[in-house]
Amino acid sequence: MMMKRRSALKLGAAAAASLAAPRLALAAETVKIGAVAPKTGPLAGGAVVTQWPNVALWANLVNAAGGLKVDGGQKMVEIIEYDDQTNPGETIKAVQRLATQDNADFIIAPYGTGFNIAAAPLFDRYKYPHLAVSAITDQVEDLASKFNGMFFLLGSTTAFVQGVVDVLKGMQADGTLTGNKVAMVNVADAFGIELAAAAKPLFTAAGFDIVYDSSYPLGTQDLSPVVKAAKAAQPNAFVAWSYPPDTFGLTEQAVIEDLQVEAYYTAVATCFPAFGGRFGAAAEGILGAGGINPDSEKFKAYAKAHMEVTGNAPDGWASATTYASLEVLQQSIETVGLDREAVTEHIRATTFDTVMGDMNFNANNFNEKFWTVGQWQDGVYQGVAETGRQGAKPVRVKQGWA
Amino acid sequence: MDIIIIGLLLGGTYALIAMGLNLQYGVARIMNLANGEMLVAGGFTAFWFYTAGNISPLLTIFVVAPVAFAANWLIYRIMLEPLVRRAKSRGQLEVDSILATFGMSFIAVGLMLAFFGGDYFNYSYLSVPVIIMGETYAQNRVVAFASAVVICAILYAWITFSRPGLSLRALAVAPDSARLVGINVRSRAAIAFALGGAITAVGGALISSFLTLDASTGVVFTLKALIIVIMGGVGDVRGTIIAALLLGVVETLVASLIDPGLTLAAAYALFILILLFRPQGLFGRKPT
Repeated sequence: MMMKRRSALKLGAAAAASLAAPRLALAAETVKIGAVAPKTGPLAGGAVVTQWPNVALWANLVNAAGGLKVDGGQKMVEIIEYDDQTNPGETIKAVQRLATQDNADFIIAPYGTGFNIAAAPLFDRYKYPHLAVSAITDQVEDLASKFNGMFFLLGSTTAFVQGVVDVLKGMQADGTLTGNKVAMVNVADAFGIELAAAAKPLFTAAGFDIVYDSSYPLGTQDLSPVVKAAKAAQPNAFVAWSYPPDTFGLTEQAVIEDLQVEAYYTAVATCFPAFGGRFGAAAEGILGAGGINPDSEKFKAYAKAHMEVTGNAPDGWASATTYASLEVLQQSIETVGLDREAVTEHIRATTFDTVMGDMNFNANNFNEKFWTVGQWQDGVYQGVAETGRQGAKPVRVKQGWA
Repeated sequence: MDIIIIGLLLGGTYALIAMGLNLQYGVARIMNLANGEMLVAGGFTAFWFYTAGNISPLLTIFVVAPVAFAANWLIYRIMLEPLVRRAKSRGQLEVDSILATFGMSFIAVGLMLAFFGGDYFNYSYLSVPVIIMGETYAQNRVVAFASAVVICAILYAWITFSRPGLSLRALAVAPDSARLVGINVRSRAAIAFALGGAITAVGGALISSFLTLDASTGVVFTLKALIIVIMGGVGDVRGTIIAALLLGVVETLVASLIDPGLTLAAAYALFILILLFRPQGLFGRKPT
């Protein structure tokens, strides 16, 4: 009787173990990476170009190479995706869920400045390194002191405005910008308002005269009054701190109105392949936010892989930096393992080799080397102003819209 | 002068956006919150035809209209008719249809994401200047405005002078009594809903030639359409046209003379004024 009971117990235990074992083994084989960004809502159009393809590309390349090298072996990465519907409340819920329900090993930073700031306290509470790419702000110092693991890869508001001011100054010095009149418009949204507020004193200090200054609501359907009024002010340069739909809308109106300026700048989405495709020859000479060096060997290899895996070309700004953030994460994990705090420390202390070139962080977790201004030149979006990156091209004057 | 013309061009666009919802809400009594998605779907189709086959959006609308008509007819018959049959009062139908079409809008966004992706899409069609009275305007906007005029004129004539149009008007005024004079309320309501959907999709195809759309922009258009329909008076074609033109001109006036940042405020101020002084809308009838 005793024997029987014992053997039954043994059998039961063995059965339970055999059921549990494969599951445990499977869970240990993958590294879970959470990803939260919009797939719907106003920012989806940007995230679908810049954020999601790079997450897919990175996971694809890592897994094709056999997985992440951790604990002396290799583990496949498993991406857990959530759509935050361009709603910060949803971003927070998704990050919370990834941390507590899905037990994600790491979480990729959300898309958009406000969304990264909204999620920062949660990243901090669960000790996730937070490599914020699509987040441009002047509050870097403040945020980095509050959230020890938050890093900034793409630059600051002031640096972006300074880039534009420097480009226009340079054109004046070359004699291609023949006056100091600037027409400036901005989208009435956090990003546009912050850039416009930073731009006014910098333009004035650099000796520019802001002859037209106006904002328009996000989602404005008819931008012709804006462009007509800017044209009436007869500026030498037109600068728009714009978001994707209005970047397209303003440029279309500029073509129709035949806005004659020597420098024409629109901010976000100017670097999208769709922008070059849409405006063709008219895009020639248009300045935009961001930039890359499309001639570097690393970027060429990256663009080729991006095309092969996702079926689309990367944009000329944050695409490659988003990918670089994943390279940073990967290199740290492969050096120190899956301990999140150790990874954060390692990121802070190390210089990484990425698609953008070498990358490291200063005392404020800020990557000081980035592109600020790009320009469409002969059908390619080229970086023309940077803060320590190689390969900037000379700026060209905007010559008509033909 | 050019401010008035820009305003009218914008108003024509708004009329295209709102006309379909007016039929769906005014006649079929369905407060269709998925209206904007139908518009974006029309725009997607035009984009697809233009980029794949270089077919003008002006031709695409002849494909879009019947397909959208059929799709909306099916939506009404399968999804919305059970709600109509179950509803004990008009209020209940409104609540039910708002909930149902709200859900439908998410499904529509999901389907469009799956088929077209979440990328922005736009193309260059007739993006050339045209000179009217010494000022330059975008030709694609002028074409959309002209199409809006034609569509509204045909719709207005059809509703005012034809027999089926008469029965639609009867339905808009008194759905319960319409039955007593031999109008097949269900079939007419389905036709009004389908027609509304078709007009919305055609509007989407036309405005896609100058607006940048993506799969989830539909809600923006639903809201605009809703404001215009309520301002104009529910169920009245003239009211929608006048309200759309008024909104276009006011927004452009404010953008040109005061500040482009105040266009939304101006639009809502106008909306509030009309609600305060004519709560039934410009052409609406006072509830008895």
